[in-house]
Amino acid sequence: MPYRVVWAAFLAPALALAQSIPPATETRIRDLEAAVKSAQSAGDNAWMLVSAALVLMMTGPGLALFYGGLVRRKNVLSTMMHSFVLMAIVSVIWAIAGYSLAFGEGSPFIGDLRYLFLNNVGAAPNPDYAATIPQQTYMIYQLMFAIITPALISGAFAERMKFSAMLLFSTLWLFIVYLPLDHMVWGKGGLLNAFSGGRIPCLDFAGGTVVHISSGVSALVCALYLGKRKSYRSEQMKPHSLVLSVVGACLLWVGWFGFNAGSALAASPLATSAFVATHFATAAATLGWLFVEWLHNGKPSVLGGISGAVAGLVAITPASGFVKPFPAMLIGFLAGMVCFFMVTAVKSKFGYDDALDAFGVHGIGGTVGAILTGVFATVAVNDGLKDASGKSLPLGLIDGQPGQVLNQAIGVAISYGLAIVGTLVILKICDVALGVRVSPDQELEGLDVSMHGEEGYNFEA
Amino acid sequence: MKKIEAIIQPHKLEDVKEALKGIGIDGMTISEVRGHGRQKGHKEVYRGMEYQVDLLPKVKIEMVVSDERSSEVIQTVVRSARTGKIGDGKVFVFDVAEAIRIRNDDRGDGAL
Repeated sequence: MPYRVVWAAFLAPALALAQSIPPATETRIRDLEAAVKSAQSAGDNAWMLVSAALVLMMTGPGLALFYGGLVRRKNVLSTMMHSFVLMAIVSVIWAIAGYSLAFGEGSPFIGDLRYLFLNNVGAAPNPDYAATIPQQTYMIYQLMFAIITPALISGAFAERMKFSAMLLFSTLWLFIVYLPLDHMVWGKGGLLNAFSGGRIPCLDFAGGTVVHISSGVSALVCALYLGKRKSYRSEQMKPHSLVLSVVGACLLWVGWFGFNAGSALAASPLATSAFVATHFATAAATLGWLFVEWLHNGKPSVLGGISGAVAGLVAITPASGFVKPFPAMLIGFLAGMVCFFMVTAVKSKFGYDDALDAFGVHGIGGTVGAILTGVFATVAVNDGLKDASGKSLPLGLIDGQPGQVLNQAIGVAISYGLAIVGTLVILKICDVALGVRVSPDQELEGLDVSMHGEEGYNFEA
Repeated sequence: MKKIEAIIQPHKLEDVKEALKGIGIDGMTISEVRGHGRQKGHKEVYRGMEYQVDLLPKVKIEMVVSDERSSEVIQTVVRSARTGKIGDGKVFVFDVAEAIRIRNDDRGDGAL
């Protein structure tokens, strides 16, 4: 049928109807529509602002306490500073160019400069990402992810990296590893973005690849490049305060609701589903780690419990908006057990000094989660992936899409590759420019005094 | 005068203090110390890293008493600090040449 005929067939009665409605009613409908839209925006925006704050809370105080408690007393401040200073430095980079390079349309690999200096990032929503919240909200929410990711790496170089080198490393790492990966997975037209026509459609709801694999794998490279801490395994290197670590881990658990449920980008049923999946996975992972540890070592440790919780939070991250509660529990339980063996058996077999197990927990937990997302993702939870005609598509293996597991694996492999190569190059640059490692004397004295001129605990004061 | 130095289990400190108060001894100096004698330490495991902890927390009590009272004080400490298990600690006794009260320069037993 020619277009003109279709137009006429539909338009004529519509026009007749429009003419029959008095102007007052028309205005009222328009006002009503505007009011509904603004109410939805208010609800979504409220949740997203809270989520952004929750994700920032994961870095400081969450991660700062979690990591700070695990190091020796003489390095507690320097370790907390790694997290804290990134809250400042990443924010400035993000405003200048980071957001644009991640979320400007650009190429499949990196964004363009359209949002440089937050140009055109204001109250108007960006429908490419989140149609009901101001783009500024989306921008600040995504910033919080960019803050915590390099902070996670600091667990691998804790107690021995120069502060200046750490600043340069984190800055370069953001540009060379994080922003490209962020764009590939979540940016419009990104290579791995399943929801925006990516060539390799990967499912990563809240950052299994972008945040956890990227940071965890880079952490392993850092641990290998920097070498072991002095007298590693020959001296008491016990965590100086697991009390701090427990508090930190609990803050991470709570903050993670902003991380995962917030990734729904709206106060929607999907946010609830992600919240529920996150919580159950974390509970199961805690039990998974404790269970194998109890069998293996004869005692269930508190450090084991909180490490299991973090492993579960990591593993459920990519899956959180795609899976039902019981698959979520299974993912968490498996991650808890696998990460236990990584940080105990595997780490001691290979002998690398990943001081706070950033690789064992985030790298491996992220990998387990990313692959299992391809297994358990289902359209019953998330119907956001649609074909050209608007029909919702099946997602993972349990939806009859075994190919998704392969897609996930490719996404994981690309993340590993980028993290390994990028981090090696950056470390080399930092080493030549500044030297990455503190002197043996400074290491012995502790980084709090040698890098910052302070001590964490002044009992005589 | 005798100096009595007792190294005891931290959780017995209150019992020892009460018992000493019961026989009229009020003055003492306490410090938190770490050490071990025949008692073996314990094993701690942090994410698969094992640590043998040999030096255990103890409390050291120091006091100086007159020669006449010393055996009574020693008996009181030993009795009140005892649990019967390895790790109960030890008591050391020293001769003291002189004691001086800083406030008014009192000497000897009068300074105690």
